[in-house]
Amino acid sequence: MPPPLFAARCKACWFVFGLVCLTVASFWSLDLKWAQFFSVDAAGRMGKFIGELLVPETSSKFLTKLVWAALETLAMSALGTLLAVILGLALAVPASKTHLDDPARWRGLSRAVLNMLRSIPELVWAALLLISAGLGPLAGTLALALHTSGVLGRLFAESIENAGAGPSFALRCRGISEAKIFWYATLPQILPQLVSYTLYRWENNIRAAAVLGVVGAGGLGQMLAFHMGLFQMGETSSILLAMLVLVALVDALSFTSRRWMAA
Amino acid sequence: MQTVLSRNPQRGPSKRDPAWMGRMFWLLAGAALLWPALVLTEFKVWTLFEASNLKPTLKFLGDFFPPKIEGEFLLLVAKETWRTVAIATAGIALAMLLAVPLALLSVRVLSVSALTGKMNKLPSALRTLLRWVMVLLRSVPELIWALIFVRVVGLGPTAGVIAIALTYGGMLGKVYAEILESGDAQVTQSLLRNGAGRLQAFFYGLLPQNAAELTSYSVYRWECAIRSSAVLGFVGAGGLGQQMDASMKMFNVSEVATMLIVFMLLVWLADATSAWLRKELG
Repeated sequence: MPPPLFAARCKACWFVFGLVCLTVASFWSLDLKWAQFFSVDAAGRMGKFIGELLVPETSSKFLTKLVWAALETLAMSALGTLLAVILGLALAVPASKTHLDDPARWRGLSRAVLNMLRSIPELVWAALLLISAGLGPLAGTLALALHTSGVLGRLFAESIENAGAGPSFALRCRGISEAKIFWYATLPQILPQLVSYTLYRWENNIRAAAVLGVVGAGGLGQMLAFHMGLFQMGETSSILLAMLVLVALVDALSFTSRRWMAA
Repeated sequence: MQTVLSRNPQRGPSKRDPAWMGRMFWLLAGAALLWPALVLTEFKVWTLFEASNLKPTLKFLGDFFPPKIEGEFLLLVAKETWRTVAIATAGIALAMLLAVPLALLSVRVLSVSALTGKMNKLPSALRTLLRWVMVLLRSVPELIWALIFVRVVGLGPTAGVIAIALTYGGMLGKVYAEILESGDAQVTQSLLRNGAGRLQAFFYGLLPQNAAELTSYSVYRWECAIRSSAVLGFVGAGGLGQQMDASMKMFNVSEVATMLIVFMLLVWLADATSAWLRKELG
């Protein structure tokens, strides 16, 4: 006989039951306007919207602005990631327990700071920083730097803790100071891993920088929000295409560089 | 690394860095790229500390404490938090509805023509087309989908749910296909060779093998969706993000502080739940 579909002792059954309840409750409590989405009126509006998007604006003046905005997005992501590496490394050192007898007094506090930096999404940081940094790419760069430093700081701290104990133990036995041990034993060991994490986050940040502009933080996103707000669909479609091309280029670059490094 | 002997043997080994030329080159190249980056991003950090900027910034930071904890406001925040979780759950449910057929249609292990050598042209073309569809769905950032749908269906959670469904559908579809193809194909192919239908081969061959990994990834993506739906609220898709945006625009910083704390607690809770679920699933 096949086992019953639902058994009171099976943990997985209760888990699936809970999930189904959560999903049903979600759909029921949200006032999703299915009728409005699937009506003929909405289909007509969608069709008109897509039709207007199919004619991108290609005047050379606008394309020049687009290229500058794309470069601004790239610069925002690169500078933000660079600042995040510096801040992340500065926070990762107190946040890691380098050897068994390390008191690591600042570990709890620095991990809490890193978690706080990590939990707040980049867009929320950008919206908060707009007040002091004003509209423009400075807010976006700082927002990316703050969020990414939380992510990278935690990854760096884990790398430091997982580094092989041999070299640092040899230096510690001779009485060398902890700072020199970090620079000459731990850091050269973990450097390839740090670089790999940094490049991965940079690739992610290029996508993030493109959308940060929607709240006014510069780059392609700010242009997109601007032209969509004025219902200039030709320009909007060019900007969307530029974003897709940027993301595709970065994907291709990272794929080929990973193949080249593995070869 | 060889020690380079200096000209006079009595002075001991030379202290010059043997790799200095390469390192100096990359340092200068990095600095040369840094300058245009600083100019393009208008990186005038000192403006943050100008007197006209510093006073409102300090007032802004000061207003963060104490966070607003009035009963009526906390009730509103609780309702919006539930809406954020509901948008994420509904979005992931629809994303799975989209991802499962896409994944099943694009895996090579369920191809009958591939059992006897090379896959036929039409099935191969269909699979490549579906992969491109998934790539397209994944590449458009969900904020952009949400911006577009807010203009079509109006403000509210519908735009957020559809945006999450489309983006995460592409992501889940790709990873489901990868997980299904990475297992041992022996069982599935035996079933197919002996006349089982493709769905039967999936349910009795592929699914039992990969169920744990599939569920674990889906739970992880549900946690990511909760974070996304809070961010999508900033363009009008409802939930905690929309409330935060509204409070920020009115400079009600103490309300923003409460909502930030609640959001961090939500993310921590979702993280803990997903870690526990993944541990239970093994």
